[in-house]
Amino acid sequence: MSADQITNILVCGIGGQGVMTATEILAEAAIAEGHDVKKTEVAGMAQRGGVVTSHLRFGPKVLSPQIEPGTVQVLLGFEGAEALRWSHYLRPDGLALVNNARLVPPVVELGLFDYPEDPAGQMRAAGRRVVSFDALSIARDLGEIRLGNTVMLGAIADYLPFAPDVLQNCIDQRFARKGATVVEANRRAFAAGREAVATQLGTSATPA
Amino acid sequence: MAAVMPLMTRIPAPPPAASRLLLSGNEAVARAVWESGVRVAAAYPGTPATEIIESLARYPDLHTEWSVNEKVSMEVALGASITGARAFCAMKHVGLNVASDCLMTMTITGANGGLVIAVADDVGMSSSQNEQDSRYWGRFAHIPVLEPADSQEAYEMTKFAFALSEQYETPVLLRLTTRICHVKALVTVGEREAHEPAGFVKNPQRWVMVPAHAKQRIPNLFKRDDTLREVSEASPFNVLEAGSDRRVGFVASGPAYMHVKEAFPDAPVLKLGFSYPWPPEKVRALAAMCDTLLVVEETEQLLETEIKAAGIACHGKDVLPRIGELSPQVLLPAVDQLLGKAVPPPAVADAPLKVFPRPPTLCASCPHMGIYYTLSQIKNIIVSGDIGCYTLGAGHPWNALDTTICMGATMGVALGMDKGRGEVDKNKRILAVIGDSTFMHMGMQGLLNITYNQGNVTVLLLDNNTTGMTGGQATPASGKDIHGNAAPRVHLEKIVEALGVPPERIKVVDPYELPVLFKAVRDEIKTEGPSVIIGRRPCVLTEEFKPFRPYLVIEDKCTGCGNCIDVGCPAIHVTRRDRVVKPSGREVDLAFVNIDNQACTGCGLCVQPCAPDAIQHVARHDIPIHIVKS
Repeated sequence: MSADQITNILVCGIGGQGVMTATEILAEAAIAEGHDVKKTEVAGMAQRGGVVTSHLRFGPKVLSPQIEPGTVQVLLGFEGAEALRWSHYLRPDGLALVNNARLVPPVVELGLFDYPEDPAGQMRAAGRRVVSFDALSIARDLGEIRLGNTVMLGAIADYLPFAPDVLQNCIDQRFARKGATVVEANRRAFAAGREAVATQLGTSATPA
Repeated sequence: MAAVMPLMTRIPAPPPAASRLLLSGNEAVARAVWESGVRVAAAYPGTPATEIIESLARYPDLHTEWSVNEKVSMEVALGASITGARAFCAMKHVGLNVASDCLMTMTITGANGGLVIAVADDVGMSSSQNEQDSRYWGRFAHIPVLEPADSQEAYEMTKFAFALSEQYETPVLLRLTTRICHVKALVTVGEREAHEPAGFVKNPQRWVMVPAHAKQRIPNLFKRDDTLREVSEASPFNVLEAGSDRRVGFVASGPAYMHVKEAFPDAPVLKLGFSYPWPPEKVRALAAMCDTLLVVEETEQLLETEIKAAGIACHGKDVLPRIGELSPQVLLPAVDQLLGKAVPPPAVADAPLKVFPRPPTLCASCPHMGIYYTLSQIKNIIVSGDIGCYTLGAGHPWNALDTTICMGATMGVALGMDKGRGEVDKNKRILAVIGDSTFMHMGMQGLLNITYNQGNVTVLLLDNNTTGMTGGQATPASGKDIHGNAAPRVHLEKIVEALGVPPERIKVVDPYELPVLFKAVRDEIKTEGPSVIIGRRPCVLTEEFKPFRPYLVIEDKCTGCGNCIDVGCPAIHVTRRDRVVKPSGREVDLAFVNIDNQACTGCGLCVQPCAPDAIQHVARHDIPIHIVKS
């Protein structure tokens, strides 16, 4: 199995942010495209505000479930400092899509540690390709902060080895039970996520 | 008994046979247990095994339960097996320590209906107090060990395990690790097969393990080992893959096999799925076809030692780490070393950038915060702790736990401290902290031991009405069964009293009421003899928890004293720091704060230590609302 045939996506954030669900939807999209898929995380204490990483690997045949440092094509960061923490997992040509959220833990508030001033900037300074955006503000502008995770999925949609509408369809299916209004709201969030990244990269998001 | 709304009134029909599903190893095991016609499945929650029984509870036509501890879960499974029913229990690695008393004798009686034990090792220690290797139990208890390498194998081996158990009348150990339990992959599933119990047959020589009977049966264990070695030799789960690059041949099982295949796709590999008893002839055949043999096993040097003892030269832990998870990037330099190649240093780009640690912490409004804030304010105490969310009390800012060992250890350790302490500690007060679920798991005996032996210990029983750390499973004190249906509810006060604590020394307090809690702790630790303070509030992650109106900080009123930060709530954030010199000349650091009103659920803990009254309720019209309604 050539390593090039496997796509490695690392989704990182904090317990409770929806990292695992987002990765599950990405996995469903890869399955819909006929890929073999493995998805893993260590979630034992994650819902207590700890670090969460979700590893997604797909391709013709996936063996080891864990992604290794230096092999990630796309890093989807739900939080700035967490994206920085895991940025060494990126390949040299990998892309980091980072939500600017700053979730400051009690150990920092207590003055025991410092939160980095500009995590995305620090990643860029280390030679990483980074697109950062404020998923929460985008979601708030759309009228519902809970749409932030769909904004995140929109952000990655144009950097997968399949068409964005494959992912869009999986999101539609997730929310179909909740009615047309919710599906529509998520579609707008998905489009806004795509747009946010495309604007920064100077590309254009083609309609899904 | 209070009527409780069932959580799962609509159980969806299980997906049909031949479906290809994205399942975690835990879900795959559950599916296979159901398909195997199992009638009884029991467990106590424990990461990474919890979801096995949680998924099984959604299937029809079998009894699933949260047992009070792993030993009881195994005994329940054994009882079902004795009647001829297929039976199953699941636990994490340390759970099998608890259940081992049952295991070591049930291996002598053997199984009647198929009896499978799933044990999940926390390799890498994501949420456990140790990293132990459950493969040893196969050797110790003379039972076969199966080790799947992915979800599909977890499914297939579970089904095989029941047949194996019945054919050789043996309990079977299905050994999982975190990277099986918590990896989702595609699994092709089948249909449930009925398995009617053969029935109980009175046979005291087999089921009554007095010395005379046990002596008669123990030789069977050794015979069974020999027979199973032949079965293992022929097992399709032990596959010798010839490969083309014969410089190094690998013996690997579980996730380690996947790492080997990824790192060395052309090498010969003996994949062990039926890993105990292991097949010596297959290992010899592999050794004969390659220059060097490398045993790739996570954690202990177990198979390597046994292979060497069988007279087969091999490498293993001389080049591989003995702790933590393996990966292709761990294996590659190890093999380079074996081949005498220069091992290049890791690439600089792969080095992690320095970021503050983000340890797990208590949730906003967690009732344990009130307990630990209180304990952090009291001097001259030693606090013995236990296993659960409340173990986080050992962390910042509270630093309020002095020991944590194993499930239920807190009160035994506290009594030992009380009885053992010398002059240097005689003025200290000894407290023991334990959660409600842990108390019922293995804590009650420790309290009985304190009262019986007249210990001087104040016990804080943190009753949040759930098993919190594993995701909120029901307990005998929550009034619900595994399905969310109403179940008899035991009363912790009554248990505590029955265990010998004088009624006047049992106090129930609201951990959100800091002055009352503080007074209760101060009063009880000052008084001789055992006492129990029950802190009662539901876990914020359960449906029993009802959020209150959130708070905010009036910026003009905040004096930067930082008292509220010491509560440890993750919803409180520092907006500005300052340093001032007091008239006395003393320098004081100030930290001005705000409250994230999306995260705040209004418990009011931070309000109480706020001297300037700067924390007040958010106005009703500012309460965050969600626009898209589901």
